[in-house]
Amino acid sequence: MQDVIIIGCGVIGAACAYHLSRYRLRVTVLEAGNDVAAGTTKANSAIIHAGYDPEPGTLMARLNAEGSPMAEAICRRLDVPYRKNGSMVLAFGEEDRACLRTLLERGRKNGIPELRLLSGDEARAMEPALSETVTEALLAPTAAIVNPWEYALAMAETAVRNGAALHRSCRVTAIAREAEGFAVTTSGGVFRGRFIINAAGVHAGEVHELIGEKNFTIRPVKGEYYLLDKSEGGRVARTIFQCPSAAGKGVLAAPTVHGNLIVGPTADPSAPDDVSNTAGGMEAVRALALRSVPGIRFRENIRNFAGVRANSDRGDFILEESPSAPGFFNAVGICSPGLSAAPAIARYLAELMAAKGLELQEKEAFIDTRRRVRFRELDGGAQNELIARDARYGRVICRCETVTEGEILDCLRQPIPPVSINGVKRRVGAGMGRCQGGFCGPRVQEILARELGVRAEDIPLEEPGSYILTGETKEARP
Amino acid sequence: MRDYELIVVGGGPAGLAAALAAWENGLRNILVLERDSALGGILNQCVHNGFGLHRFKEELTGPEYAGRFIDMLSDTDIRVRTDAMVLSVAPDRTVQYISPADGCRTVRASAVVLAMGCRERTRGAISVPGDRCAGIFTAGAAQRFINIEGQMVGRRVVILGSGDIGLIMARRMTLEGAKVLACVELMPYSGGLNRNIVQCLHDYDIPLYLSHTVTDIVGRDRLEKVAVSRVDERRQPIPGTEQIFDCDTLLLSVGLLPENELTRALGAEMDPRTNGAVVYENMETSIPGVFACGNVLQVHDLVDFVSAESGRAGAAAADYVLRGGAVPQRVIPVENGSAVTYTVPQRIRAEAAGDGVQIFFRVNRVFGKSVVTVKRGETQIARFKRDHMAPGEMEHIRLPGKLLSLAGDGGITVSAEEVEA
Repeated sequence: MQDVIIIGCGVIGAACAYHLSRYRLRVTVLEAGNDVAAGTTKANSAIIHAGYDPEPGTLMARLNAEGSPMAEAICRRLDVPYRKNGSMVLAFGEEDRACLRTLLERGRKNGIPELRLLSGDEARAMEPALSETVTEALLAPTAAIVNPWEYALAMAETAVRNGAALHRSCRVTAIAREAEGFAVTTSGGVFRGRFIINAAGVHAGEVHELIGEKNFTIRPVKGEYYLLDKSEGGRVARTIFQCPSAAGKGVLAAPTVHGNLIVGPTADPSAPDDVSNTAGGMEAVRALALRSVPGIRFRENIRNFAGVRANSDRGDFILEESPSAPGFFNAVGICSPGLSAAPAIARYLAELMAAKGLELQEKEAFIDTRRRVRFRELDGGAQNELIARDARYGRVICRCETVTEGEILDCLRQPIPPVSINGVKRRVGAGMGRCQGGFCGPRVQEILARELGVRAEDIPLEEPGSYILTGETKEARP
Repeated sequence: MRDYELIVVGGGPAGLAAALAAWENGLRNILVLERDSALGGILNQCVHNGFGLHRFKEELTGPEYAGRFIDMLSDTDIRVRTDAMVLSVAPDRTVQYISPADGCRTVRASAVVLAMGCRERTRGAISVPGDRCAGIFTAGAAQRFINIEGQMVGRRVVILGSGDIGLIMARRMTLEGAKVLACVELMPYSGGLNRNIVQCLHDYDIPLYLSHTVTDIVGRDRLEKVAVSRVDERRQPIPGTEQIFDCDTLLLSVGLLPENELTRALGAEMDPRTNGAVVYENMETSIPGVFACGNVLQVHDLVDFVSAESGRAGAAAADYVLRGGAVPQRVIPVENGSAVTYTVPQRIRAEAAGDGVQIFFRVNRVFGKSVVTVKRGETQIARFKRDHMAPGEMEHIRLPGKLLSLAGDGGITVSAEEVEA
C-alpha cells in the first residue's frame, strides 16, 4: 500500500514526487509514456515567469509568486540550467499603454519585486534589437529561463534517489475505491494507495472519469514554436513578450539556456495529443515576432515544434480534492504559469493532503543534490582530468553541441535512464543542435543498443512505435 | 614556437588533398585532425561509383577515391589524428582539439587549412509542417545507416529535394527493396547533376515532381503519409493540388550548408552568398595564413573539383609557410552580375595571379546557349560560350593573368546571359 500514487510525470508529477519524497512516505509515480517530462513539459516557452501576469487572488498569482524563487533554488541544488535573464512586455502605441499599467498593478498586488516601466528608447538601449515602433515596455528583472525537461527530470530523479518508485510505460486504465484508498490498474500491473494525485496534464479529465464524475473540463490549447540556431541566440538577452490583445496573446522571443533563440507560441484549440506544426501557425509566429524584433533571421531556424497546454474551463489552476472522490486530488488545468509554479503547487497539494490525514514527517537523510558532467562547460584542465579517467569523455558524439560518449554513458547510469534517442537528447543534449541529430543519431543509436543489450533497430525515436530502422540491408543479412 | 608547419582541420577529401599538396610543395611537419574514427569523410558512405573521372580518368566508388588519397598520405610523414574534434582555431593559428588519445590539447601551426566540409539542411531549415514522427531523415543520414551501419530505414519512400544525395538515395533505397514513390522538387528544375536524374530516377521509373513540395507530414509514432502540393511561381503551395502518398519514410535532400562555425568564431570574413569564407585567388581567407577549401568554402558537385581546389589551398599554404604570405597590394574584388549567384574567389591579388586565375560560380536558372561575360569596371575583358548551364552544376572560367595585370579601376563582374540559338 502506497501513501501517495501520482499519475503523470510531467513537471507537476515530478515536483509532487520530489516534494513528497522528503517525507517518510511511500510514493509511487505512474507515467503512461516511456519517459518523464515528455508531454507539455518538454514543449513550452521554457520560462520561469516573474509573476505579474495572473490576476491577483488566484492560485496562479499566489503559486507563481511563490514558485519562481523556489524554482531558482531547486535548479541550483539539482544542477538544472537556469538563468535569471529578466523579461520585457512591449507596448506598440496607445492601445497597449493601459495593458502595461494593468500588468504593473497586478504585479505589485502579487508581490513581484523590481517591476518598472521603460520608455521605448530605454527599452531599446537595453535590447538594441527591439523594433523602432516599441513605445514603452514593462521590465521584470526576476523573470528567468530554464531547461524545463531537465528541471522535471532532476526532480523526478531526486525523488527516486530518495525512495519514490517510478513506473514508466504504465498507463492507468482503471481506478477503483477500496476499503483504505484506491486500486489503480495500469498496463503495468495494479497499484494500491491511500491518496492519488491526478497530474495527467491534457489527459487529466480522462483519468478523473475512471473514478467518478469530474467538475472541470480540459480545453487543450496548442502552441507552435520556432527554435533558431545559436547564431541567433544573442538576438535578445531578455524574454520579450507582447501585450495580450484582441488579436491574440502575442508571441515571445527569448534566449534559451542552451543558447538558442525560441520564438512562439500560437494559441489554438486542439486535440490533446496534436503536437503537429501547421503552415498557418508558423507563419503567424513569424509575422508576430518580427513586430517585436524585426531582425530575427528565420532562415537560421533549426526546428519547429508544438506543445499542448492543459487549459481548463476554470481559468485558474485546479488544485483540490475531487468532490466526487475523497482522497483523489486534482492538480489539473496547469497551463502557464505552471512551469513557474510547479514546486509551489506540489507544496500546496501536500498541505491539502496533510489536512486530510497524510502525515508529513521529514526524513533524516533526504538527498537534495544532483550533479552531472557537462563536458563542454568545463575548462581544459577539468576536461583533461575526465579524459584521463575515462577516454570516452574525449570522444565527441554530438558535434554541434559537443556532447561526449562519456556523458551519454553517464545518463544511462542515472535513476531514470533513457530508452529512446530523444530520451538521450533530453538528458545530454545530443541531437539538439543545428544538424538535428543527422550526424550523431546513428552513433547514439549504436551506443544505446550496445549498453541496453538490444538490436539497434529496437531503439525508438520516442515511444515504441516510433521505430527508426526496418531491418538489415541485403549485404548485412547473413 | 610552432608545433607544426601546417594543421589541416578535417580529413575528408578536401583535407586529404590539401595536406598532400602541402607535402608535395615542401612542408614536412603537417598534422591532419579528423573528427571521425577514419579518414575519408563523407566519401566513406558514398558506395556508388562516378568519382574520379576528372582526377584519375576512371570511375571509382567514394571509398576507393578516398583510398587513393589515404594511400598517398601513407607514403608521407604527414601525421593524422582521428577522433579528434577541433574546438577552436585562433587568428595566431593556435588550434584547440580534444580526442580520446590526446585529451584536450592546444597546438600551434604556421598555417591552417580549414576543410570541415558541410552538413545537410534539415527539416527545421525549411519548416515543413506536420507531425514530428520517426521516419524523417536527411538523405545523408539515411545513406550512413544503409551503407555504413547496414541498416535499412524504411520501405515506402518519398524524397523531398532533388539534390544529388537525394537522387543517389532514390536508387540506393530501390536497390535495397524499398519502393520510392516520388522525388519532389520545389524549384522548376532539379538541383542535382543531370546524370543522376537519368541514372537514379529515370532508370527506375521514379517520378520527379518539379515545382512541388511537401505540405503536410502525418504520423503519430512513425511516418504514415505525406501530402504533396504544386507550388506557384512564388513557390507557395497551390490549394487544391494536394496529393497524398502513403509512406513510412521521408528523405530530405534540401541543400547543404558549409560547416563554418570554427571559421566564424575565428573572425574570418564570411560571404553570405556561399555561407563560406571570403577567399583570395589562393584560397587564403581574410585571416593571414588560414586557408579554406572544399565544401566548407563552397558546396561542390564533384569531389574531383574539391580535390583540385584543395590542392591549390595546400600548395598556397606551403608557399605561405616557406616563403611568407602574399602581400596584398592591388586587390580586385570579384562580384556576381546578372544571373550569377556567387563567385569563388571573391578577391584577387593582381600581383599574385601569376599566369591566370580560375573563377568558380553558379547561375540562378537553367540556361541553353549562353555567354558568360567578365567586365572590369564597365569594360568587357573576357567572354566565354556555354551550350548549357544549370544551378545544380558549378561553372568555372579561367582569366589569363595578363587581363588581371592591366591597370584599371573597379572590380571584376561575372554575368551570364542567354543568346539566340
